Amino acid sequence: MFHTISEKILALKSGLKEVYPGELVTAHPDKVMSHDNAGLVIRHFRTIGAEKVFDPKKIIIPLDHRVPAESERTAAAHKSIREFVIEQGIENFYDIKEGICHQVMVENGHVKPGELILGTDSHTTSYGCLAAASSGIGATEMAAVWATGELWLRVPETIRIEINGRFIHGVTSKDLALFLLGQLTARGADYKAVEYYGGVIDNIPVSGRFTLCNMSMEMGAKFGIVPYDNETAKYIKGRVKNDYTVFSADPDAVYSKRYKFDISEMTPQIAKPHRVDNVVPLSEAAGIKIDQVVIGSCTNGRIDDLQIAADILKDKKVNSRVRLLVIPGSRSIYLQAIKQGILEILLNAEAVILNPGCGPCLGAHQGILAPGEKCLATTNRNFKGRMGSTDAEVYLSSPIVAAKAAIIGEIPEKVDPA
Amino acid sequence: MSNNKLNGKVFKYGDSIDTDVIIPARYCTSFHAEDLAPHCLEDLDVTFASRVKSGDVIVAGHNFGCGSSRENAPIAIRGAGASCVIARSFARIFYRNSINIGLPILIAPDAVDGIEDGDQVEVDPTTGIIHNLTKPGEWQADPFPEDIEKIIKIGGLVNYVKERLAQVYDEAVET
Repeated sequence: MFHTISEKILALKSGLKEVYPGELVTAHPDKVMSHDNAGLVIRHFRTIGAEKVFDPKKIIIPLDHRVPAESERTAAAHKSIREFVIEQGIENFYDIKEGICHQVMVENGHVKPGELILGTDSHTTSYGCLAAASSGIGATEMAAVWATGELWLRVPETIRIEINGRFIHGVTSKDLALFLLGQLTARGADYKAVEYYGGVIDNIPVSGRFTLCNMSMEMGAKFGIVPYDNETAKYIKGRVKNDYTVFSADPDAVYSKRYKFDISEMTPQIAKPHRVDNVVPLSEAAGIKIDQVVIGSCTNGRIDDLQIAADILKDKKVNSRVRLLVIPGSRSIYLQAIKQGILEILLNAEAVILNPGCGPCLGAHQGILAPGEKCLATTNRNFKGRMGSTDAEVYLSSPIVAAKAAIIGEIPEKVDPA
Repeated sequence: MSNNKLNGKVFKYGDSIDTDVIIPARYCTSFHAEDLAPHCLEDLDVTFASRVKSGDVIVAGHNFGCGSSRENAPIAIRGAGASCVIARSFARIFYRNSINIGLPILIAPDAVDGIEDGDQVEVDPTTGIIHNLTKPGEWQADPFPEDIEKIIKIGGLVNYVKERLAQVYDEAVET
């Protein structure tokens, strides 16, 4: 046998003995996820003329993109979703209080190793942090899945990325994700699965793997997978039933490309406007004045991200020219941040704490930028107009760099020990 | 998709045209083509929506449609009047969404090289043949896999699934 993890998962979920890259299969996902755009999925579902969803237990709907509703239109969409989940008996509905869809999925045991999960959000690739094959799809095709329980998928080629060495102080998995984007570019993994290996990956906890798999999408990847290990087992213990299958790649698995990087010299990284692969080492972006800092999103809104920001901002003040927005990724993270005293530190530093959700990441509401403004964000995209004005600029970084920048009001030269 | 050839003026753009410039999130509270169309590509080219005429063709570089899974992007393009998109390559979710909503997309790197902004082109979405009417040039787009071709021919995934469900119901009645 010579198959990758993605090939094994897709074969099983398509009822086939084995599958090969390039092949189109009809796959049966274990779970499907939609957020606020479930409103559009429902419309398509009605157009199709289906009456009942294929399996209400397999559908998860967290509302997170525009929460609480920022407009009458969104309010109406949310209302239609609330009515639909009652009508169809969809129990895994998380209303606006719960958090960002991907965080909610992983936290609440909706993701198991070896599963195939599809979601109407591009960052669905995140679930690879628990060794699942997961990917974003459109609303029309989600309606088709709701109606039939199946969908066509192309079996992707797999890219093997091995990361060796060790992170130097102040460097995190977000910097690694940005570094890889700079190396492979925003289309370097188009239509491909990515598998991550190496000593550095082994030592990254699930939270950091989440960031890496989340950002794999920005390289165009269909799946981003960190293979199952003790870290995975530790995280899912108590969250999921012990009825999952662990897949590993065969020793002679066929990869379309292999990359090996030693990151022992890697410094923090910055993605400059307006492309995610416009990546430079921190020193090359140092000194750029910042108007707003955002710490949060499905990429970097977890407890360790907030903790590290609090460590840096403890007994300090956010620069008077800067607005610091902090968005805990979920209600549970929010609660934990309260219990650990993180929010008190951040509030004393004069940060603005927003409710769990996507907030300014996609520029729908909460923290829209004015023309000429610059934002440093721990989010995942810096496209033109992404966070408001098309004359604004978004820079991407780790929470450490973002917290430092919030204090000094500009992108720092380096990150000293906190 | 009909068998009629498409004929229109080319709007040519570069690489990595992302979904945020195709249709910014601030307009994505609507799924309706008529709401989205006036803002299509406005963050990249404010004149696009007012200049594009029914049948016109978007030609672009690599990774067209990268970014969000928002289906509003191909809906906006179709709503604005563009008849198809020719690119060196497409981002995967945009590729899927376009096929599923019935917006013709063609992968034809050579055609992208040979076509300039403002050229008049004729496109046969059935055969994938692209013909430049302004200056000599004819290209063949990469063919779609057979199963995807079926979805395109029937006008998108909604029709495809409707037909499939009808078959399932018929079989259920028969047995």
